[in-house]
Amino acid sequence: MAGNIRLEVVTPEASVVSEDAQIVVGPGTLGEFGILIGHTPFLTTLKLGTLRYKDANGVEKFVFISAGFAEALPDKVTILAESAERRRDIDMERVKQALKRAQERLASKKPDVDYERARAALQRALYRIRLAETRS
Amino acid sequence: MATLKEVKTKITAVKKTKQITKAMNMVATSKLRGAQQKMDAFRPYALKFADVLGSLAEKAGEEASPLLIPREEVKKIHVILCTSDRGLCGGFNSHLVSKAEKFAKEKSEQSIEVVFTNFGKKGRNWCRKNGFLILDEHLGIVGAKFGFNIATIVGQRAVDGFLDEEYDEVYIIYSEFISMGRQIPAIKQILPIQPVESSEKKAEDKETPYLAEHICEPSTDELLGDMLPKNICVQLYSALLETSTSEHAARMTAMDNATKACNDIVDSLTLAYNKARQASITADLMDIVGGAEALKG
Repeated sequence: MAGNIRLEVVTPEASVVSEDAQIVVGPGTLGEFGILIGHTPFLTTLKLGTLRYKDANGVEKFVFISAGFAEALPDKVTILAESAERRRDIDMERVKQALKRAQERLASKKPDVDYERARAALQRALYRIRLAETRS
Repeated sequence: MATLKEVKTKITAVKKTKQITKAMNMVATSKLRGAQQKMDAFRPYALKFADVLGSLAEKAGEEASPLLIPREEVKKIHVILCTSDRGLCGGFNSHLVSKAEKFAKEKSEQSIEVVFTNFGKKGRNWCRKNGFLILDEHLGIVGAKFGFNIATIVGQRAVDGFLDEEYDEVYIIYSEFISMGRQIPAIKQILPIQPVESSEKKAEDKETPYLAEHICEPSTDELLGDMLPKNICVQLYSALLETSTSEHAARMTAMDNATKACNDIVDSLTLAYNKARQASITADLMDIVGGAEALKG
């Protein structure tokens, strides 16, 4: 391994991850991408999904990402996401409530329901649950 | 001269008021700290965002997004007015509202219609009183805990309305937090997006042109088209954060002044009370002495 690349995951509310990683794999809109140190400058949009990385000790870690951007420079990867959570920080209670809320909203036939938003919320909740339940 | 009892009641009343203002001052102080922390947490995101956006904008042409193109004829504008829900914060809201009033008047004179989206009760009440059309209102946001999603929702609506040609320009009026003692109302045009000057300058300062050889996925234009609406949300969020911080700072100063004023009043009332007490004691003594003298005969 040539060395580690700096990984920063920032959201408007907090900095979620700031550490060295051996490899970073992220969910790009045009497909998953992997980044090692010395990567060509690269900019992409991200879709809802999981960011995987191996930290300096080779331990694989997972971060939930809702849409955002990633910028890779030779020595640094910056992820700008609207929301991001490490897998161990996912609050199952909250997610389940969000899931229920979204399902109820989708099931109701009221005209003032924003289906687009409800569907997005549903997707986010499902994804979080799936991520939290896969234990490697 | 006021009677002893009257003065005493007044002193107690002022002291009670002082307790309240002092408590409000302390609450505002702790909330201010929270708001400032949020601003600090947001800064890295905002900076990085502006950085990437600025360099992208340089590369992309003007036609990259309809959000960049100014309308030839401006008929209707949309103002997002951020004020607080509650009063007792000095001139904070009245400054913001007078800024909005001046702006609205200016635009009305050019026969441009002005519509509002309100954050905060004070601004909404003003809009109602003056008969402005309110598109949307959000109470309980400024000065409280709020997440990025509220900025996303409002920002997206503003972008949609702009694209549907419901209005031709979008402005935001908020309070800029300069220091604990200084918050000034500011006005910013967010749509159509004006060329990013500051980041261009920044890029020039750097030795190597930043992002020059970035591979973009999807294309630069598409990326920019995706990022520009988000930039509106980022700006909105930052305006909301600044207004919240300013509100708490303004309330803190106002309450500090009120506490000081209470102290002054208590001092002067105590003086009056003591004088009155002294006077009544002297009068009593005179009576007794006078009576004793009379008995001696």
